[in-house]
Amino acid sequence: EDDDATFTQPSTSQVQRGLEKLTPAQVDQKTAEVVQYFLVKDQKKMPVRRADLVKHVVKDYRNIYPEILKRAARTFDQVFGLKLVEIDPKNKMYILVNNLETPDKASPVSPSNPKMGLLLAILSVIFMKGGVVRESEYLIWNTLRKLRVDPGEKHEEFGDVRKMVTDEFVRQRYLEYVRIPHTEPIEHEFRWGQRADAEVSKAKILEFMGELHEQDPKTWTQQYRQAHSLPNSSQASTSSSSQR
Amino acid sequence: MASRSSSSTAAGGSDSPQKPTKTKRTRRKRRKARAVGDMSRQMGESHRRFLQTMMVSGVIDEQAAKALYQYCCETHHTQYAPDKLEDFIDTINSRLQPMFMQIRKGMSENNGLQYYALVNMAETDITRMSSDYADNELELFRKTLDLIVCSENGKASSTDILNSTDSMTTRKMKKSETEHLLSRLVHDKWLSEKRGEYTLSTRCIIEMEPYIRTMYQDHIKVCHICRNIAFQCQICENPTCGIKIHNPCVARYFKGKSEPRCPSCDDFWPHEIPGICCLFSNAVSGHIRPPVVRDSQTLVHI
Repeated sequence: EDDDATFTQPSTSQVQRGLEKLTPAQVDQKTAEVVQYFLVKDQKKMPVRRADLVKHVVKDYRNIYPEILKRAARTFDQVFGLKLVEIDPKNKMYILVNNLETPDKASPVSPSNPKMGLLLAILSVIFMKGGVVRESEYLIWNTLRKLRVDPGEKHEEFGDVRKMVTDEFVRQRYLEYVRIPHTEPIEHEFRWGQRADAEVSKAKILEFMGELHEQDPKTWTQQYRQAHSLPNSSQASTSSSSQR
Repeated sequence: MASRSSSSTAAGGSDSPQKPTKTKRTRRKRRKARAVGDMSRQMGESHRRFLQTMMVSGVIDEQAAKALYQYCCETHHTQYAPDKLEDFIDTINSRLQPMFMQIRKGMSENNGLQYYALVNMAETDITRMSSDYADNELELFRKTLDLIVCSENGKASSTDILNSTDSMTTRKMKKSETEHLLSRLVHDKWLSEKRGEYTLSTRCIIEMEPYIRTMYQDHIKVCHICRNIAFQCQICENPTCGIKIHNPCVARYFKGKSEPRCPSCDDFWPHEIPGICCLFSNAVSGHIRPPVVRDSQTLVHI
């Protein structure tokens, strides 16, 4: 049941007329509700579907939906340092990505998130291998094993490791785990997900690799070029440019 | 002392209503004050980083908050004044207020330290937990809350909690389910557990104080010294007095006094006065620095 099919984006004049009928306080209130909804979903790093947002939160204010979303995006930016990003123009899904620059020094209050360590290791491997790694190469699983995380065993901290990598990280849009067509038996490949594209700095990964291998990052010419090309050179686009 | 959100709503800027015309001098003074106020009211990258850390950390102690404040200012090359943490947080709170969110301060009933937590101010229900817990789990949490709030010592034994499942209206929970839920609640920092007895965590008290004040108006205890809500406390034994004082507040108030007397009725205070060093050891042993965060820990709820 996809309510989004019945939702047609209101025109600018419709939005204008809709706004005239409401008080500023009403619009602010609705914006606040949208912001809260996103923050709750984002806590689990799950994308927000426009259909759900309209159905559960926006409701009667759907005729001014673009204005509400614009104001919510502004709040995320100005108050939280987060960027509202549309990751799926077809299905209209959004995520919040961190807009603050990566600091040089570590925070004194950095809650340990061991999953992130594993994720970064995986993302690094994929990036250094040119952006795609076939599961059959065992590169990903071997990397984890080197970190003493065995995908075959139930891990004390992470539980089902394979599920965490191929399901949780994928749903959170950190990784893509796609079926390679025409393979029998079915094979998959790993790529960076849209959230990783938006949040993780390739330059920083390369810098870290350089330190690890005691090499100048520039020696990896292809990766270096990729890391230092256009900023935010990813599929993910900001909501302001692709709200339609 | 839990900082009231009113301190941030009282701030100047576009939120305050128009004041009536005054003399030129007061107008000039007010303009200057607002200009200075506006500068500190400006939300910058340092504020955003602080807020993001609060969102992920859940609850942090005062010392960590001060270190974080300094770090955020230094990272974003913002002017840093060590004694201006409250102002810094007020700025964030003034922008969070439209979303019914606030960074609030509260005291731990165990070690007397101050903690900061990002809370949802919508007082309607314990919906803040609803995305992580099932209906019957929430019902059991409410029952545990009942037991703790209405108890004299601010504790609920695991036996009492298990017995309360008998009167559940949602799907009843088995003993193993209840035990599993209780350990989750402890892990997610809603409850604390010691020797089979459950108390409200500092984070829970900070987050739920408005809800508890509303729901349990007649049952709540208030500390005579710090005026905040009290669950684990000492009570004056004079039947006409009966004031309550938090254990850490007792330690501070009666420190150095050879003969402890009730601050209200002057009767002899019969309870054991915890030493300040006792508080300190609670702080060291019971303290997790920095708080370990799991993905399931939810702070912000509709």
